[in-house]
Amino acid sequence: MKFDLLIFKKTVQALMFGGFMLLFACQPPSTGTGSAGVLAGDAASAVYVAPGEHDEFYSFMSGGFSGQVTVYGLPSGRLFKTIPVFSVDGEKGYGFNEETKPLLNTSYGFVPWDDAHHPELSQTNGNTDGRWLFINGNNTPRIARIDLSVFETVEIIEIPNSGGNHSSPFTTENTEYVVAGTRFGVPYPQKDVAINSYAENFKGMLTFIKVAENGEMDIAFQVLLPAFDYDLAHSGKGKSHGWTFFTSYNSEEKNTLLEVSASQNDKDFIAAVNWKKAEEYIAQGKFKEVPANYAHNVYDEHTHTATSTMKKTVKVLIPSECPGLVYFLPTPKSPHGVDVDPTGEYIVGNGKLSADLTVHSFSKMLTAIENEAFEKEIEGVPVLKFEDVVGGVVKEPGLGPLHTEFDNKGNAYTTFFISSEVVKWKVGTWEVLDRVPCYYSVGHLMIPGGDSKNPQGKYLVALNKITKDRYLPTGPEVCHSAQLYDISGDKMKLLLDFPTMGEPHYAQGISADRIAPKSRKIYPIEENRHPYRTMGEKESKVVREGNIVHVYMTSIRSHFSPDNIEGIKVGDKVYFHLTNLEQDYDVPHGLSVMGANNAELLVMPGQTETLLWEPQRVGVYPFYCTDFCSALHQEMQGYIRVSPAGATVPLKWSLGEEEAEI
Amino acid sequence: MKNLPRILMIIAAFGVLSLFVFPMWRISLYAPQYPDGVTMYIYINHIGGTSPGTLQNVNILNHYVGMKMIEPDSIPELVYFPYVVGALSFLALIAAAINRSKWFLFWGILFFVLAAFGLYDFYLWEYDYGSNLSPTAPIKIPGASFQPPLIGRKVILNFVADSFPHTGGILAGISGVLAFVAWWLKRQSKSHA
Ligand SMILES: [Cu+2]
Repeated sequence: MKFDLLIFKKTVQALMFGGFMLLFACQPPSTGTGSAGVLAGDAASAVYVAPGEHDEFYSFMSGGFSGQVTVYGLPSGRLFKTIPVFSVDGEKGYGFNEETKPLLNTSYGFVPWDDAHHPELSQTNGNTDGRWLFINGNNTPRIARIDLSVFETVEIIEIPNSGGNHSSPFTTENTEYVVAGTRFGVPYPQKDVAINSYAENFKGMLTFIKVAENGEMDIAFQVLLPAFDYDLAHSGKGKSHGWTFFTSYNSEEKNTLLEVSASQNDKDFIAAVNWKKAEEYIAQGKFKEVPANYAHNVYDEHTHTATSTMKKTVKVLIPSECPGLVYFLPTPKSPHGVDVDPTGEYIVGNGKLSADLTVHSFSKMLTAIENEAFEKEIEGVPVLKFEDVVGGVVKEPGLGPLHTEFDNKGNAYTTFFISSEVVKWKVGTWEVLDRVPCYYSVGHLMIPGGDSKNPQGKYLVALNKITKDRYLPTGPEVCHSAQLYDISGDKMKLLLDFPTMGEPHYAQGISADRIAPKSRKIYPIEENRHPYRTMGEKESKVVREGNIVHVYMTSIRSHFSPDNIEGIKVGDKVYFHLTNLEQDYDVPHGLSVMGANNAELLVMPGQTETLLWEPQRVGVYPFYCTDFCSALHQEMQGYIRVSPAGATVPLKWSLGEEEAEI
Repeated sequence: MKNLPRILMIIAAFGVLSLFVFPMWRISLYAPQYPDGVTMYIYINHIGGTSPGTLQNVNILNHYVGMKMIEPDSIPELVYFPYVVGALSFLALIAAAINRSKWFLFWGILFFVLAAFGLYDFYLWEYDYGSNLSPTAPIKIPGASFQPPLIGRKVILNFVADSFPHTGGILAGISGVLAFVAWWLKRQSKSHA
């Protein structure tokens, strides 16, 4: 009887499941991929970049939880390079060689990973200028700067009093500042308190980082705010230059089950920070200099080495003591992205749980501030009235708006995560013009220059969160996906799908002519100031200092000098300082040593890099060049002999038999 | 226009001097991996290239087939050529001062004799580099010659090699011709007088 019951249950289950399947089978999804076939002919030629030809745009995509930045060409969707930023990368020895280790130093020591979200190109007069790319590290709050003449990370600064650096780095019009806003409220100052004392002890800090002429970052000031979750940001431009806008959610200031508890308020806030006013307050000395501990790491292109400095204080501005510094703009339902249109007048608050899309007006905001028509004040921050600042509403454009970018024809494009689409609408009239599906669940979108004063238009890239069946399956983990749309006409057209690395959150695009001509080919060897450089084969040598051994090694096609080393002992710390003497484009040499506990070196022409090798066992160990450099690359190899700890084998090094000429 | 031959000789003097500023000759190597080519510029006193690393890059390519390193310090011509050119220019000025057709002719002939000697010398160097190969060369190709062309284009293994006079060489060549024009004009004016 019991047995029968089980069968009965199973049968019912099977029937119900079958019924569901039948239901779905009767309603084939209309949003399928079939439309691509119709476009295929057109689309293929639109994205085809013939062999040897170059793409029209560079696209820099965040690597998300890979911690890196990837560089793609548009419209082809071809991947050119992964730039290691916050995560170690064995391919390039990044974070493994002695020179780049300091870049990943923090107040928590060496942190070999982060979650990189928003790449942001430097700007001049509101236009992307191709000098640098900034990107935030979310987990251990940091901002990195990539030099776009070499496509390498050259600086990382840690953000103190912050937890989850999400609303970052979003530059100002002339890259006066990049910003950082904490996504997680944290006790200020950090202390041992009950988590449920959140409302009382926790704070939310916004940080402004000054960018010098040479690109170097320095924290100018922080603004102390209530412990909302500061989600995204964008700086004003044109008429709103001088202001930066940060969205927030969790204005409920809850610390548990946020998916419910932080979704209760009808409106959260966009914090509008007047950073020019902040500069005045700083000049007047109206700040608190508070103790802090954060790392500032800078890579020098002449020593080819990064140094890490710990900074000990930071200037904090407190809104109640600095009137006019910050205002809150009520914005419906947990706004995610905040995007300023090219004119600087409209501030789009993408209320991710809202049915409508709210657009604030900058000039109405200024008027409201002038009239001091405040609804209330929260911790010294005046809250403006919603009706006073709203400039327009896009009515029911879709479900779950996240981000908006702009073209150069007065149109805006907003992504909708839940309804999985991009919607095009007119700035000013707020009418919806077009919509296209995304495969699937789009997060950010990118139009080259789409968050600058002069968008370059033409293409739109949707960065999707879910991929499912779009490509050949690769087991449970599949790639994330980007989709390229042509936006040059009235209707958006899907052109291309291409896989991306990690999870690309935001991306930046820029026409190739703003970067390509400045791209460096080599590092001039005569400018090499590495303390352990070797300026020619004749200077190559091995120096012992106690149990530390410095190998001054050179590489040139197709040999290392020296390539035979003896007199090393178990317990030594051997530093291979490899100088690549090449001065020809695209001739890096690699170096890997058997049993090394780190990675290879990959040394560009004119550069010096250092590999630490700690021999553990007696024997003779090969080393070799890892980058296929020449016809005799396979011959580019050598040996290092390791003797017992107390051995008397003399230190010896050589290249070639006798004193042969090379 | 009486002074024209003289002026031509003065121009010739400066034309020759341009060798101190502009390269005399250029040798370019092209291969698929070198889409922009590798170009060496031969000056009267040094060897340059499109980048500071050019000579090193050429030497790296050459060493695979056992060619000698091109080391400007070991090429004596680069030391005494500037004196020859300086003297030649000075002589042109003297010829202009003397203003005799015979002197113009003499200078023109001297110029082309020296130029011919220079070309022959260049050929010898090219021959030496191209055929005096190290017996331990990693790549040996029986019967292959790596000698670049004296003037013109030649295929050397995977490379196409171009060898042509460059700005300084061309200006100097024109100077030589100018001397003959000066000589001819001077004679014309004499026979009319
Ligand atoms: Cu190599």
